[in-house]
Amino acid sequence: MTEGSVAVVDLLEVENLKKYYPIKRGAFARSRGIVKAVDGVSLTIAERETLGLVGESGCGKSTLGRLILRLEEPTEGTITYDGQNVLGLEKGKLRRLKEEMQIIFQDPYSSLNPRYTVSQLIREPLIIHKKGDSPSQKKRVLELIKEVGLKEEQLRRYPHEFSGGQRQRIGIARALALNPKLIICDEPVSALDVSIQAQVINLLQELQKKLGLTYLFISHDLSVVEHLCARIAVMYLGRIVELSATRILYDQAMHPYTTALLAASPIPNPNLKRTRIVLQGDVPSPINPPTGCHFHTRCPEVYDQCREETPVLEEVAPGHWVRCFRYGQG
Amino acid sequence: MKNELLRIDGLKTYFYTNFGTAKAVDGLSLTVNQGNVLGIVGESGCGKSVTALSIMRLVKSPPGRIETGKILLEGQDLLKMPISEVRKIRGQMISMIFQEPMTSLNPVFKVGDQISESFKLHQGLSKREALNRSIEMLKIVGIPAPEKRVNDYPHQLSGGMRQRVMIAMAVSCRPKLMIADEPTTALDVTIQAQILDIMLKLKEEIGTAIILITHNLGVIAEMAQSVAVMYAGKTMEYADILELFNNPQHPYTCGLLKSIPRPDLREQRGKPLDAIPGVVPGLMNLPRGCRFSDRCNRVCERCHTEEPSLFEVAPGHYCRCWLYV
Repeated sequence: MTEGSVAVVDLLEVENLKKYYPIKRGAFARSRGIVKAVDGVSLTIAERETLGLVGESGCGKSTLGRLILRLEEPTEGTITYDGQNVLGLEKGKLRRLKEEMQIIFQDPYSSLNPRYTVSQLIREPLIIHKKGDSPSQKKRVLELIKEVGLKEEQLRRYPHEFSGGQRQRIGIARALALNPKLIICDEPVSALDVSIQAQVINLLQELQKKLGLTYLFISHDLSVVEHLCARIAVMYLGRIVELSATRILYDQAMHPYTTALLAASPIPNPNLKRTRIVLQGDVPSPINPPTGCHFHTRCPEVYDQCREETPVLEEVAPGHWVRCFRYGQG
Repeated sequence: MKNELLRIDGLKTYFYTNFGTAKAVDGLSLTVNQGNVLGIVGESGCGKSVTALSIMRLVKSPPGRIETGKILLEGQDLLKMPISEVRKIRGQMISMIFQEPMTSLNPVFKVGDQISESFKLHQGLSKREALNRSIEMLKIVGIPAPEKRVNDYPHQLSGGMRQRVMIAMAVSCRPKLMIADEPTTALDVTIQAQILDIMLKLKEEIGTAIILITHNLGVIAEMAQSVAVMYAGKTMEYADILELFNNPQHPYTCGLLKSIPRPDLREQRGKPLDAIPGVVPGLMNLPRGCRFSDRCNRVCERCHTEEPSLFEVAPGHYCRCWLYV
């Protein structure tokens, strides 16, 4: 599933990952149904690659990110990081592994403790993971704050004194503190203003080059993902429906959902007269997803088969995976 | 030139707080023509929403106050009207769609009752007639099974549905002007496309003019005929849509256009974005002279001392910058 001729090492491999949440009401009530937040996702991320994960709200993209970090326990499936089975690891080893995997959250307002100074916030991961003594930790904090483009004199301030973009920089510094290899970026720029968004995107790219980071970039904004990522996975109701190299996805999208998503995202160019494919209806509830192909209720090109059988994710061209009966399928 | 529907002249809306005066809108002039879409773009805190609230006379006072200016709707100054007159105009002549449909719908009333209200108030219809018209409206905005949905409460609807209800309310009296304040920001892209489509369709059918407030340049490009770019309470640039995107003049507009990823431009792929440095200044401590001077890449000495006015750089294209004097 890797791209190009260079032998690329997969840093992360996720296979058939599932996360089901039972819905319960009351203290002793039986389960009333299951939310299939992530329903059999498989993907790989190569070292130093940025994989984009797009989809609409409720499609399970954030849950997938949290599963990879083991912030949630998967119901089924395997996660292999650097050759190690993440799910089978004992506590001590898992802790060491967690140093290498970090996350940047969407909301820079609620993800920073308002009672901590910037210095304390950035130092916290170093203390938790017992990295070095106090002077070396302070030195590291100083390095980090410069790395993300903030000033030394801002170290003693509290999060509320910063703008959204600066807060996101603090969040990035925290994520970088333990020298991670893989960073899950969960909508890191969605809450920011347009001009600030660009600063943070550029910072993420610089850091990736400099530190050799691998990103899983979760977003609903297709143009941001297109700009940042080499490959993109499109998710719909817990399943990946298409996965391919960015350029191919944008030029020759195959899955009707991807096509519709691309056509629906507005492009800042009034000279362009595009035909908009307007999908009907809302995203169905993941509590009671449609039978067969999850997308069949909104698909403009639906067959009878789609309503009954579930298509599998199949490689229709090298590196281009699609989950749709119109392509391949045996 | 088409008929002028709304004209704002030198509008100033200030907020008086314990920390000083925030000049949220500071001398804004705009015109909206009949049946046109005017886009107002800008980042958070630039005064877009306060402009909308000022037109509706909904600025909370205190702390807010509309200082000076005129808001002429077909020649009538809304600011000179007694509030009882303004109430008649709200909903009937001008209506508004807000960003967050959950907080702007009343959670304890059925949506049917909420849409009916404006029929009863402005057109004097009976309860039954009003409800029937509400069902029609829900059908127009594309809500399936409208005769059942009128009995739903807002929490029973999805985000896109709620925004449709808001639109149904807004267009119920066939207003001449609809102000949409970030109508699709809280929605997913496929739902956003649906809502924008409905707005355009209704615009054609009813002939409503729209003021579309958003930070999303893509939405503006697809919807608007003319655009005002706002920064810290002032219009920085104003032009029609093609002119603004093809021939932007103000450094702030250029900066905005360059700082967004452009999937339509192949040559830009992989290159870093041209970000505007710095942050949007707080309204209490604006830089001296031009408000954008501390972030501008083409700043000169004059910018730090004197504030430029809006110059006409080409017919119908206005720009607030010393570069074009």
